Amino acid sequence: MEPWQKKHILGIKDLTREEMETIFKIAHSFRELSQREVKKAPALRGKTIVNLFFENSTRTKISFELAGKRLSADVLNFSSNMSSLNKGETIVDTIKNLESYHPDILVIRIGYSHSLINLSQYTSASIVNAGDGSNEHPTQCLLDMFTVQQEKGALEDLRVLIVGDIMHSRVARSNIFGFQKFNSRVSVCAPPTLIPYDFEKLGVEIHDDLDQALKEADVVIMLRIQKERQQESFFPSIREYVENFSLTPERLKKAKKDCLILHPGPVNWDVEISSQLKEIVHPLILKQVENGLAVRMAVLYLVGTRKREYEISD
Amino acid sequence: MDTYKEKTPLLSDADIKRILLRLAHQVLEKNTHAEQLVFIGIQTRGVYLAQRLQKIVKELEGIEIPLGILDITLYRDDLTTVSEVPLVKETKIPCDLKNRIVILIDDVLFTGRTIRAALDEIMDFGRPHRIELLVLIDRGHRELPIRADFVGKNIPTAKNELVEIRLKEIDGKDEAVILRKKR
Repeated sequence: MEPWQKKHILGIKDLTREEMETIFKIAHSFRELSQREVKKAPALRGKTIVNLFFENSTRTKISFELAGKRLSADVLNFSSNMSSLNKGETIVDTIKNLESYHPDILVIRIGYSHSLINLSQYTSASIVNAGDGSNEHPTQCLLDMFTVQQEKGALEDLRVLIVGDIMHSRVARSNIFGFQKFNSRVSVCAPPTLIPYDFEKLGVEIHDDLDQALKEADVVIMLRIQKERQQESFFPSIREYVENFSLTPERLKKAKKDCLILHPGPVNWDVEISSQLKEIVHPLILKQVENGLAVRMAVLYLVGTRKREYEISD
Repeated sequence: MDTYKEKTPLLSDADIKRILLRLAHQVLEKNTHAEQLVFIGIQTRGVYLAQRLQKIVKELEGIEIPLGILDITLYRDDLTTVSEVPLVKETKIPCDLKNRIVILIDDVLFTGRTIRAALDEIMDFGRPHRIELLVLIDRGHRELPIRADFVGKNIPTAKNELVEIRLKEIDGKDEAVILRKKR
């Protein structure tokens, strides 16, 4: 297998299918590591990883932190909301500051879409995107696809349906790019106000009738309704949203029997998914969390053990 | 990429068969409490050698010795300089290693770095009573203070040579050869 070339993991859009398959292969072996008595291996010993979260996140941050620690890297956490940056230090200053510690990998979550490529010029470290605005959340897509691969055995020729707040969702965009690379067909279903006007260009089918859309799906990704992003009214009320777009036992009956229900978490029960389905859908959602750790370990491992350019010649 | 050309055959399939039978006897001779033993093969060819030794012991003594698989990739000391994606293969330790006698099995003993990595990894699984090393070929050129307890054959080699063991399970035939770097 060719050496891993990518210095940064900025988005699924830039990854090839082969690179994604490598990540899945490595992630598969890391699931086993987490079941050992000593859940740790020295692969990234001596490397420094900084988790740089300019936006709130608990789950992704914990997952990345543990992933780094399981591989024996030194992991620093830097959390800050945008407001505390307003005290005076700019994001670029923060990165330049951290550069003094010679980090090897920066895991960054940030509110501004497409900003990471710009930030990469201020650091010699690799950058791993942990969510940039409404652009991409590559490790979420990788863990979703890794979970689907395990459950379905393959990723090709599936029909994938993404339901919910597509407009603000970096998860949706990453998953569209990801599944399409494996020749799967992606459709989205949401109130028209929550679908970006240019989405048809991405080659996705757009639905506004969930009952109809569910019928053909092999995989359904339910997105969280981000209440913090609903100040501008994209739909009249939560109740009306639930009425039309919540996954209920009645609706699930219309889907294929082996249809997988995924959710990036945390679930607002009785908003995107009825709490009556908790016992049915929760086990797989928890498995996603477990797979998320393995996938993030794989990403850190590949980026962290990547051969530097000047070493590749020999 | 280095290219190698075939030089000398070292062992035939009959040789390998004889050697494994002898090694199995030696292991049993030294370790009278066979029920304490665990065989751990290092990926990839060490695993097949371990399987064969397990089969031989079963035929000799009627005991089924637990069989483990070890992939040392994550414990390598050259992870950032290897030229391919360091793919991690399966590691499976079949039982608690506490108070067990581990027979660590590999095809070729060379610098000793693989064995160093393997020892570290085994320690992370528990504290065996003892670890002994079994190799089919010891070709010298150690870079660490490591020696094997059971050696199939000692073969002096030059550093620019490559000793390759081929096994039926993945290579279609049993043999050992020395390859020399093409100029």
